[in-house]
Amino acid sequence: MRFLLPLGIFGVLVVLLALGLTLDPKKVPSPLIGKVAPAFTLPQLHNPSANFSPEHFKGKVWILNVWASWCVSCRAEHKVITRLANMKLVDIVGLDYKDEPADGKRWLRQFGNPYTLSAVDLEGKAGIDWGVYGVPETFIMGKDGLIKHKHIGPVDDKALDEEIVPLLKTLLQEPS
Amino acid sequence: MKYLITLLLFFTLSAPVYAAIEVHEFNDAATEADYKNLIEELRCLVCQNQNLAGSDADLAKDLRQQTYEMLQQGKSREEVVDYMVTRYGDFVLYRPPVKPSTMLLWAGPFVLLFIVLIVVMLKVKKTRTVEAPEKKNLDQAKNLLADDLDNSGAEK
Repeated sequence: MRFLLPLGIFGVLVVLLALGLTLDPKKVPSPLIGKVAPAFTLPQLHNPSANFSPEHFKGKVWILNVWASWCVSCRAEHKVITRLANMKLVDIVGLDYKDEPADGKRWLRQFGNPYTLSAVDLEGKAGIDWGVYGVPETFIMGKDGLIKHKHIGPVDDKALDEEIVPLLKTLLQEPS
Repeated sequence: MKYLITLLLFFTLSAPVYAAIEVHEFNDAATEADYKNLIEELRCLVCQNQNLAGSDADLAKDLRQQTYEMLQQGKSREEVVDYMVTRYGDFVLYRPPVKPSTMLLWAGPFVLLFIVLIVVMLKVKKTRTVEAPEKKNLDQAKNLLADDLDNSGAEK
């Protein structure tokens, strides 16, 4: 009987710690979900005289994928993004984050270019506006111009098939 | 000797590499104080147990620069904090705001303290209280004492 209380406290602690293990402290929930995609105007990687701004995709479902040539996990993610691009569901815009355009271009030549276009965020200002704190990050925008989903870290096959593609399909069916 | 000189050269020449200090010029002392205070209170998102002041991460550098620029433009402390929170959420704050979702965080320690105090008080009370004798026993004791007194009186 006298062991019941310590045992109970121990049990509660075990449950709390077990719950804690399932959480990933590296994933900071974005306050931007459900908000309007932050505006920016940045030069395009392959056409520096032309700009890109999120407004260009007004009324469309689109994806912003933050990548960089210096980012190791972007290489792992690249084949998944390419698979998504080959499904031809939506436009995927790359945000080449804090990267020299020459390096970015070489990276895309080497691995292939899954992006409709890439914008160069050399100083990382657009990244700050989008709350980017690690690369890669992936944002999905709906037809209403709001951010619907943010994936932190590399998108793997599981996340693509189970989260991103189903979400894209629902978003595409929504009236514009 | 040659070896020693090489070693000395290595350390003196490599000094600038690790001594990359950011130099900021401030409009006035108040702005500088605000800046120092803010970078102490804002969390670096890459290395999560460091603040912006203590982190060497690229993003921390950018956010320090952003903080500096905003303050220099005459923005207030609150505006800078709002700017960070709208982008990165309450997580950037080492001192989270009091609101329903953070109530447990703020009140939790006090609730625990309260519970512990009550438990301790109950325990202490239990060990201190000497049980009051029952009426029947008390009367019996009084009678015995009275008898004793009477007897001793009779003996004299």
